Amino acid sequence: MPDLSGATERAVLRYAVLGGVYNNYLALTAVLDDAERCGAGAAYCLGDLGGFGPHPDRVFPILLDRGVVVLQGNYDHSIGNQLPDCACGYTDPRDNHYARLSYAYTQAKTSPRFLPYLRELPPALRYDWHGLRVLMAHGSPRRVNEFLWESQCADAFLRRLLGEYQADLLLVTHSGIPWVRQLPGELGGGVVVNVGAIGRPANDGHTGVYYALLTVHPAVAPGGKGTVAVELRRVDYDHERLIADMRAESLPEEFVETLATGYWTTCLEILPARERSRGIY
Amino acid sequence: MTTSHDPSRGALSAATGATAPRQEETAAPTHLPAAALHAPSPPPEPSPRPRRSLRLLPPVLPEAAAVELPFLGLDTLWLQLTGTRCNIACRHCFITCGPKEDRVPMMTRARVEQLLLEARTLGVKEFYFTGGEPMLHPDFFALIERTLQEGPVNILTNGTLIDAAAAARFAELGRATRYSLELRVSLDGMTAEQNDPVRGRGTFAAIVAGLRELGQVGLSPVITVVEHQPGMADAAARQEFLAFARQLGLGRPRVKFLPLLRLGREPRRSHPYAADALVEGPLEDGVAATLQCSSARLATQQDVLTCPLLLDAPEARLGSTLTAAARPIRLRWSACHTCVTEGLSCRT
Repeated sequence: MPDLSGATERAVLRYAVLGGVYNNYLALTAVLDDAERCGAGAAYCLGDLGGFGPHPDRVFPILLDRGVVVLQGNYDHSIGNQLPDCACGYTDPRDNHYARLSYAYTQAKTSPRFLPYLRELPPALRYDWHGLRVLMAHGSPRRVNEFLWESQCADAFLRRLLGEYQADLLLVTHSGIPWVRQLPGELGGGVVVNVGAIGRPANDGHTGVYYALLTVHPAVAPGGKGTVAVELRRVDYDHERLIADMRAESLPEEFVETLATGYWTTCLEILPARERSRGIY
Repeated sequence: MTTSHDPSRGALSAATGATAPRQEETAAPTHLPAAALHAPSPPPEPSPRPRRSLRLLPPVLPEAAAVELPFLGLDTLWLQLTGTRCNIACRHCFITCGPKEDRVPMMTRARVEQLLLEARTLGVKEFYFTGGEPMLHPDFFALIERTLQEGPVNILTNGTLIDAAAAARFAELGRATRYSLELRVSLDGMTAEQNDPVRGRGTFAAIVAGLRELGQVGLSPVITVVEHQPGMADAAARQEFLAFARQLGLGRPRVKFLPLLRLGREPRRSHPYAADALVEGPLEDGVAATLQCSSARLATQQDVLTCPLLLDAPEARLGSTLTAAARPIRLRWSACHTCVTEGLSCRT
């Protein structure tokens, strides 16, 4: 069960934060196992349980059995409410073509018994960890499908988000490529983390997937705020087995290639030049 | 644990009181010899010059009748770096830029610096350099380097001035920063026959040469294509454009199609906006947040305006500082109709 006791003790806190499951039940299990081995007292999922991968229903028992605290992504909102599209926020026709394929598959294969669960997930989560005001959201605190790319977010902008939403630590996903930004003290400090996605690789040529392991230390002085250390951990999982599942389900070979190579083949047009240059397409 | 969220998505209301858009236009289409494309940069012009009243872009709706759009924060700062000065004079240019167009002056380094510092305090996310042709600015690369210290930079260029040295400099600046340096190059066709009638004689060859130079240094700009002929932006045309870009040596080509704006010189080439091209409220849910004018401003040497399309609209001037311009605006122009109904976003 998750440790939600907050920051009243002096103990060092350790949490796992993951996002973008995209039906990848094998990666989900591998990430939670890794987090457990690292001593994480709780795991949080920032949404988008469906899309891309096979067998949508397989992620729900894992999340429920292992007590993962989940918030609602755009995909969860769309599937839960049986909306016509995923509302991922793509603008390119090719990106939208593959998004429609994924969405139609996930919608058709998600059992109706999980729809209320998806509908009722909260859109954001707030915690106090040793005095740190923690805010978890899907895309950004202001828009569920906003892409926050590392190369496209000025420090000043991230500082504005922290100020407007009264947070010291902001955790998001949605874009699928992880990053950590410690904001300079002269701007007021704070930390923003995009935890990436565990559903598919991060366009870096590795088949593993990323999540964030947070270690929160108590404040040094009474009344002060704790500090957080963020480790982006890459976890290998049985991607060959997932590929076999996907082929058996007749999912696009372009998706399979991404799992097999670690490079994105779709959703390319949303990538800024810097993030895209890490890949081969 | 609490839940908190949400963009501002208020229902906005407006009435209409339409009058036909008025376009007073004097400039003739200009075609430049290729040699003129590489003319030396003119010096900056820090002192304001009087605007020619003939360029004025009147609103089509009275203020009280137009939809009010809230200002959600300064995400994007556009810098009209070279004012209206450009080395070419496209027939569809929506702000009538050209070699002799100096009604909006170049920006000085001091003005840019003041805006960068103000933008930082307002929490800016990203910057766009535009003109005119921004590469005509004598301090162009120094200004990019300085701005990249603050955040990501997008450069809108016609591509005709990109030689090997410029391409190498772009690549170097891109490698040296943690932020994104994006180039957007305008090209309005895959042949000179399609492109040159709107962008000027010789421009296709010059733009393609610039794109090849970028490809040589491993950069892949976004190619922006104005749909000046029907069908240019359909799915097949998009794939053809991407294939064309790969042939030029662009490894990861991107293409962005833009709708025509019936402003500036374009009404003479085709026709002005229809009299009923108006934004009638209330806006649908979520639209306000997608409109660039809810989170962007355009700065010139003297003014801060609601958006890059309204450079010649006196009523779109919101003050001389970003802070003064951080307030709601009203969707009074036919150009607003393009963004609301066609989903135009000037963002990359």
